[in-house]
Amino acid sequence: MAKIYSKKSLVTKKMKPEKEIVSFLLNYSKALSIIKIEDKSFEIIAN
Amino acid sequence: MANTQLPDALLVQDYVAGNEDALASLIKRHESKIYGFIYSKISDRDTSNDIFQDTFIKVIRTLKSNSYNEEGKFLPWVMRISHNLIVDHYRKNKKMPMFRETEEFSIFSIMSDDSLTIENKIISEQVEMDLKKLIEELPIDQKEVLVMRMYQDMSFKEISETTGVSINTALGRMRYALMNLRKVIDKHQIVLTN
Repeated sequence: MAKIYSKKSLVTKKMKPEKEIVSFLLNYSKALSIIKIEDKSFEIIAN
Repeated sequence: MANTQLPDALLVQDYVAGNEDALASLIKRHESKIYGFIYSKISDRDTSNDIFQDTFIKVIRTLKSNSYNEEGKFLPWVMRISHNLIVDHYRKNKKMPMFRETEEFSIFSIMSDDSLTIENKIISEQVEMDLKKLIEELPIDQKEVLVMRMYQDMSFKEISETTGVSINTALGRMRYALMNLRKVIDKHQIVLTN
């Protein structure tokens, strides 16, 4: 069978971030609330 | 899931309105493209994960603070954020280079310890001991000049003053000392290399 010598692409279609990263982001989003008072914004992270 | 059919703009609207599931749908829909884009520039999984995370932290903060105003262009906007973070990453690395071990790259290819290994140290000590023994066999006048020159790092002028002979005589004795050493080494086939 012929050997393919072309450079293998580093990126495959199925590349995904780690599950922990996505889980962290979703939890971070749930915990974060941003309150705007006049021109200032306050970030509150619920435990 | 019904949400996967909704356009990005609607999911963004839902998320801003407080529907956390909308964010999960947006991430699920675009994670592969965004992560692939980052990895194509970084070629390192850990760093790509970090940049992916930082990208979405910015996305979340912007959306939650109602500062997002690019309706319908969610993906290009996120890509732009990740692109800026990639540029920041390379800028930081330029100031403080960091090497990560990957399958193709080993950190030991650029790091080396120049000091002798234990084996080479033992060989080196052995060579020096053998050489000292050979020097002991030289005639006294030749040995004296050779030791002063090689081990005490004296100049031929200093040697001539110390031994009371002319510089030329000192040079001659050194020459004969080396010739005699070579002869003995050749005769006995002694290997003096490390």
